[in-house]
Amino acid sequence: MSAPGPDALHAMYASMLRVRVFEERARELFQQGRIPGFLHTSVGQEAVAVGVAAALRADDYVLSTHRGHGHLVAKGGSLRGLMAELYGKANGICHGKGGTMHIADASVGYLGANGVLASGCVVAPGVGLSIKHRKSGQVVVTFFGDGAANRGPFHEGVNMAALWKLPVVFVCENNRWASSTAHALSTAGGSIAARAAGYGIPGESVDGNDVLAVQDATARAVARARAGAGPSLIEAHTIRWVGHFEGDAQAYRGREEVAEGRRRDPIARLEAHLIERRLLDAAQAQRVRAAVVAEIEDAIAHAEASPLPRPEDALTDLFAHYPWRE
Amino acid sequence: MARIDFGDALNLALREEMRRDPRVYCLGEDIVLGLPFGVTKGLIDEFGAARVLNAPISEAAIVGSAFGAAVTGLVPVVDMHFADFVTCAMDEVANQIAKSRYMFGGQIDCPLTLRMPYGIGKSGGGHHSNSVEAWFVNLPGVKVAIPSTPADARGLLKTAIRDPDPVLVFEHRGLYRVVGEVPDAETLVPLGEAAIARPGRDVTVIATARMVHESLEAARRLAEEGIEVEVVDPRSLVPLDRDTLAASVRRTHRVVVAEEGPMRGSAGAWLAWVVMEDSFDELDAPIVRVAAPNVPIPFSPPLESFVMPGADDVVAAVRQVVK
Repeated sequence: MSAPGPDALHAMYASMLRVRVFEERARELFQQGRIPGFLHTSVGQEAVAVGVAAALRADDYVLSTHRGHGHLVAKGGSLRGLMAELYGKANGICHGKGGTMHIADASVGYLGANGVLASGCVVAPGVGLSIKHRKSGQVVVTFFGDGAANRGPFHEGVNMAALWKLPVVFVCENNRWASSTAHALSTAGGSIAARAAGYGIPGESVDGNDVLAVQDATARAVARARAGAGPSLIEAHTIRWVGHFEGDAQAYRGREEVAEGRRRDPIARLEAHLIERRLLDAAQAQRVRAAVVAEIEDAIAHAEASPLPRPEDALTDLFAHYPWRE
Repeated sequence: MARIDFGDALNLALREEMRRDPRVYCLGEDIVLGLPFGVTKGLIDEFGAARVLNAPISEAAIVGSAFGAAVTGLVPVVDMHFADFVTCAMDEVANQIAKSRYMFGGQIDCPLTLRMPYGIGKSGGGHHSNSVEAWFVNLPGVKVAIPSTPADARGLLKTAIRDPDPVLVFEHRGLYRVVGEVPDAETLVPLGEAAIARPGRDVTVIATARMVHESLEAARRLAEEGIEVEVVDPRSLVPLDRDTLAASVRRTHRVVVAEEGPMRGSAGAWLAWVVMEDSFDELDAPIVRVAAPNVPIPFSPPLESFVMPGADDVVAAVRQVVK
């Protein structure tokens, strides 16, 4: 595939920063009690969301996970709408009914985060079928974690998509941990990518902290999908810097892994690459960061100022058509 | 007015809706041959393999993919093969299909139909016989239709397919070969509109699916004793036509609720509560329920017959409420 040009590289850099700053601020706001619920962030894993999104068209679809803020931000979702939803506010994207783990933004093709692991793997073939039927040339990406690859829907979904040559890209974010259980203790055979061979589709293992590697692998999978050749499986190896959920004491792993993650920071890595190629200098980097911070602070101010839902709105949005009394 | 059986009426509904709307497609195990009950037989000849999809034995992917297709522009009709197998796709039904519109603040429509062949009979045994409609009555976000006649089967399935929300259509497998009159013209049966299957002044029997037929048989026998039973068929449980139920109770003041599923926590238990809430002052006797005992459905014919509610049980229940 042709390598991304300077504009695309700058966009990826800003997008990763946007995900990072959004989630770091969300963590702080959660710790301060401003955001209710359970918060799962992808700090350290930004290159996967951004590398994948960089290979997609605006009208392509994404199915996401419980750790999905990055996927939505990278797909171009509204920061104000997302932050207000995390706050449970009336003007959140889902009017406060979804929250962090059950959010969707259909306007950018983001068909839903998911509180149930690997569920998107069986939804994706249907989206692919719809694309094929409508001859729209779109693709659908479904994200899932390494732990989720051990659920049945992963296998059912990959089989169906491969069988019917559907335009689906399965993206496994292998962050080494299924909640608190190590990859080696939950996953036979070691490699998720190798499972693709059983279904006769390409399976590729990439460095998930290298946004360019992720973008390149995704671009090839997307090209194959658009050409009608069927699905691909990408396993992106990455490291989450934070706990499974906000407040996770992480007794199951040592500090060395997080230190390794920080050494392999995907944002610093792209920044160094851009500086080396003279596509970015320190002053420009500072301006990009300042602009991203301003966007996120605007989203937070918007969320803070937004109204809570009316309690009785808990009874709306269930059906499109329901004129009967209960 | 043609006389056709329940299965052919469903087949007719599928053909009519697939002709009307190119977005409608059928999906399920063995549906090209129309197995196991013949409902989808011959669709492949008219609509081709792109719209009559024989799926791998992957219930989660069948139902999950139907959801994905429904939210992106298609109108899937899933054949669950046996309703019992929905357990293999329960996340897809209960967490994804039922909740997504709500969780996403109304952003998506999910025009999806799940055809649920279900019910006791012919020694189907524990994994092929259960009446699981109560699970879905208890699930906010799906609608539940449960026809008893060929005309209603056709009309309700057509309505389900056209509905913008997910609808489960429970098709009792003991009814597939029941013959009845079906209008020549395309006729929709709305959700939330009960039918009076037989008028009567003494007792209201609220019954669903096969139990409508058993209750009509009971009514014939009781009429010989001078007891006039009104049989009310809700036809859909969600939404429920409470007004027709209440109007019947105002005429009879006595109620039996008859269903095939197990007694505990059932659809019938909910119907009895609805009657209590809407019509308590009208009732002259406690409501009596007919349902299966709280066991899985057994295999051996005498065991199966023992747990299968029938006309005798309805007769006994009616005698109890008029005592």
